[in-house]
Amino acid sequence: MTPLEWTIIVAAISVSAGLLGSLAGVGGGIIVVPALTLLMGVDIRHAIAASIVAVVATSSAAASTYVRERMTNIRLGMLLETATALGAICGALAAGLLSSKLLYILFGVILCYNAWHMSHKREDGQHTIPPDPFADKLSLHASYYDRSLKRELSYRVSRTKLGLLVSWIAGLVSGLLGVGGGIFKVPLMHLAMGVPIKAATATSNFMIGITASTGAAIYFMRGDVKPFIAAPVAIGVIAGSKIGARLLGGMKLNAVRMAFVVVMAVAAVQMLYKGLFR
Amino acid sequence: MNDRHSELSTELVISEILRWGVRCSLFLIVLGSVLCFVRGVDYGSSGGTADDLYSLINGEGSFPHSLAWLANGLLHLQGAAIIVAGLGLLISTPLMRVSASIAAFTLHKDRAFALISVIVFTLVILSFAIGAA
Repeated sequence: MTPLEWTIIVAAISVSAGLLGSLAGVGGGIIVVPALTLLMGVDIRHAIAASIVAVVATSSAAASTYVRERMTNIRLGMLLETATALGAICGALAAGLLSSKLLYILFGVILCYNAWHMSHKREDGQHTIPPDPFADKLSLHASYYDRSLKRELSYRVSRTKLGLLVSWIAGLVSGLLGVGGGIFKVPLMHLAMGVPIKAATATSNFMIGITASTGAAIYFMRGDVKPFIAAPVAIGVIAGSKIGARLLGGMKLNAVRMAFVVVMAVAAVQMLYKGLFR
Repeated sequence: MNDRHSELSTELVISEILRWGVRCSLFLIVLGSVLCFVRGVDYGSSGGTADDLYSLINGEGSFPHSLAWLANGLLHLQGAAIIVAGLGLLISTPLMRVSASIAAFTLHKDRAFALISVIVFTLVILSFAIGAA
């Protein structure tokens, strides 16, 4: 394989990573890392550095569309980011104190549970959502025009304090294990906080960019972001995210939910594998 | 507290910053990659060989560790330096959008969310300082 062929193949794989990552709100690292290490001969350190750049790229490229279509709940995203960023710092400081094998198994099991729960969830209105004065005060409730339902979909945000706690844990995990927190934030917002699935993935997508950019900056300063590897990844991921961002608005709610269930299942398998066999 | 109009303009500012941050960095990364291939000194002549590929992926070589390298490379329009500048811009785009939201929320006298944005900004800088140390 020549460098030119390698670049083209990596860019093509990255398009699919950006597409899936932007639709699911998780960034696409779960495709980039295995593809680069298992197929393209890159060592794990440079693959992780490239994948975290890919997460920043997915987030920023898709977010400009999602924010414009009002699918992103900026206020909710900003609020939860405080907890995630704090968690990431705690995680970085606590790294090495906890067994990462055990954490991988624990969170792999949690993901399996979330995937099962989400695959049974129906968009059945919000009658089960308790009122939340804290969310009222910060005016977190929002609405967006859903192109598949052809109507304005308004929703009330609930369980904000639980949301802050889980976001803190998601940040902690991403600091400890180096995995993106998006995989936990989407089920949190959708299943617990009453946010419709598209708004949940769009808001998660918005949030992960800021956490990932910190990680990416650290790798960048260390010199782990190789231009030859990161360039095709970034180009492909940006193209894929733009396509994904155009598609999400018009997709059926159940299709988005099922796509996310698949992503969660893949991530759960990866985590359990790392916990049990490495 | 915040009417629909001010909310929309905050969204617009954030959306535009992300859009142009991504556009500019994409332009630089594509330009840098094309220059690397066209010149043939960075990635090997006429698309390179399997040996070039091996050293590009596994070699420790060419990566920037200094600003001087970057500045010099940009001055001489070296592909790798342009890619690095593009990647740097891409990585800093989310922080620019947080800065913009501080300004936008302050302008709309939304104190709670201006404060929340400041907290996010501070925590991000802090975690970068911890990670880089």
